[in-house]
Amino acid sequence: MSDPGRAEVEVSGEVPSGPVPVAISGLPAGRAKSMFRLGLEVFIQNRLAIVGIVVLALAALFCFVAPLFYRTDQVTVNLLETNLPPGPGHPLGTDETGYDQLGRLMVGGQVSLAIGFAAAIIATIVGTVWGAIAGFFGGLVDAVMMRIVDAILSIPILFLLLFIVTIVRPSVPVMIFVLGLTAWLVPARLVRGESLTLRVREYVQAVRVMGGSSWHSVLRHIMPNVVGTVIVNATFQVADAILLIAYLGYLGLGISPPATDWGGMLSNGTAFIFPNYWWLIYPPGILIIVVVVAVNLVGDGLRDSVEVRLQRR
Amino acid sequence: MIGYILRRLAQSILVVLVVTIIVFILLHQLPGGAARAILGPRATALQVAQFNAANGYDQPLLVQYFRQLGEWFTGNFGFSIKLNQSVSSLLVQRLPKTIILSLLSLILTVIVAVPLGIYQAVRRNRSFDYIATGFSFIFYAAPTFFIGIIMIEVFSQNLGWFPPEAPQSNGIGPIFEQFDAMVLPIVTLALLSIAGFSRYMRSSVLDNIDQDYVRTAQAKGASPRRVLYHHVLRNALIPIITLLGLSLPALFAGALVTESIFNFPGMGLLFWQAAQSSDYPVELGVVIITAFATVAGNLLADVSLAVIDPRVKL
Repeated sequence: MSDPGRAEVEVSGEVPSGPVPVAISGLPAGRAKSMFRLGLEVFIQNRLAIVGIVVLALAALFCFVAPLFYRTDQVTVNLLETNLPPGPGHPLGTDETGYDQLGRLMVGGQVSLAIGFAAAIIATIVGTVWGAIAGFFGGLVDAVMMRIVDAILSIPILFLLLFIVTIVRPSVPVMIFVLGLTAWLVPARLVRGESLTLRVREYVQAVRVMGGSSWHSVLRHIMPNVVGTVIVNATFQVADAILLIAYLGYLGLGISPPATDWGGMLSNGTAFIFPNYWWLIYPPGILIIVVVVAVNLVGDGLRDSVEVRLQRR
Repeated sequence: MIGYILRRLAQSILVVLVVTIIVFILLHQLPGGAARAILGPRATALQVAQFNAANGYDQPLLVQYFRQLGEWFTGNFGFSIKLNQSVSSLLVQRLPKTIILSLLSLILTVIVAVPLGIYQAVRRNRSFDYIATGFSFIFYAAPTFFIGIIMIEVFSQNLGWFPPEAPQSNGIGPIFEQFDAMVLPIVTLALLSIAGFSRYMRSSVLDNIDQDYVRTAQAKGASPRRVLYHHVLRNALIPIITLLGLSLPALFAGALVTESIFNFPGMGLLFWQAAQSSDYPVELGVVIITAFATVAGNLLADVSLAVIDPRVKL
């Protein structure tokens, strides 16, 4: 089964036999842990990344814990209290159906954050498996699998999502599934690229020479080295998913009412640009930006620490 | 290099074929099939059967696929359900507008982002660099629709400089006659890509600035200005070509949102309205066109990269 793959290894990598034993004997026992610790140290020193973590924690508290204390009715429409400006009883006013805007930001944030993280996890798992299989088998399997990735990548994702949303009615689980299954392409490419380069590295070749099985080298040697790249990418996937769900919400094809997300809230607010109901427009928009910037900062910090790990190796 | 271009071309054709298969699969995922989507939920089983027979939907899937493929490649994308017009005539009407909007905003992006990135790299880790980096982080995280809304609120409603709506017409002429109405859409669409491009340009210049060839040039006594413009920039600009090709999908998506904010009757708005009314022939036509354009854009970027950069001979 691995014939095409093996052929490619022989073609692409001239493996010198000399350094192989050195690479093996040079491995200290606790190496994985110390690499992790090294990365962690770099991450903690990165102040912006820590700010990102803190902001994300605050956002999670705001969306999931604060509603336990700040109780609002987000189901019943109250037409007597529509579009109230911020004031007593409603710190951020009310929207066009009388929902309390502050409470709605919490409820909408739950949807945005939950979908963002869950979709990123699905995308990362699917992409990693896909890329690992393609990179591991190589040859024809790899070519077919990667052309599929290329093809889906060349359909602008928002168009693909809008089309899918016209086929299936969006609910939170459906959106997680759909977003996850359209976002796995980049991790697939990354993992495939990494495993292709790792396959011809000396220590993986050494395992093969010593009679280790292919699966052993994939699980023990290729995967741990791919993990860093994958985790960094997963962070950016979260940011992308939160933005995409906001785009769909803005375009009116996201979660159906009375549930909502920040993009959907902003979409409703745009009807009131001209009467200048700022509390319907700026809070959800600013929250999207703050959360996405925070996720990106964490991702940058992780990337720096993974790169340091790789450099010192 | 000819070999490389030919291989890249063959790969692109393969990708386009896979795209058509994916779109074909999507077409068959429509609830109740195409017949239900067009005839509606109240059509009888007989009507559905007649429709399927008339349109060839009762034939084997493989036969249907190749028939469909033939029609797509001859420019026949079917008939819009809601607009009573053929999809290709709609595309002929709307696509040039989206191209103009995207092109103008891409030009603005390059004009702003390239000098900005160079300046940031030259004056790295100074206050201007930090401020610009901060802004690019924010604009990179800001949804296009939020930027558009703020644009309308500030420059149209409060300051009254520009109209809040893009030019409305079927022709292209009014786009240039009422250019003040195009300013906000173009800037809105450009801001996101300016954020991305300037970051890219900054790190590209930084990658080159401490290369050996730069030190050689300095040692030969070339002035800092000459080193920057003559040596560094030539190399630093190369990745921008790839970035231009890769940014096409994001540009189309941005155009979709921008067009919906400013009610600009381009392909994006057409697609959005089709998605809302489940007008699937229009949706499929637009998806295929954007995918083709993306593949063509990537191919063009790779080929021009191969022409410019002799190291590319993969």
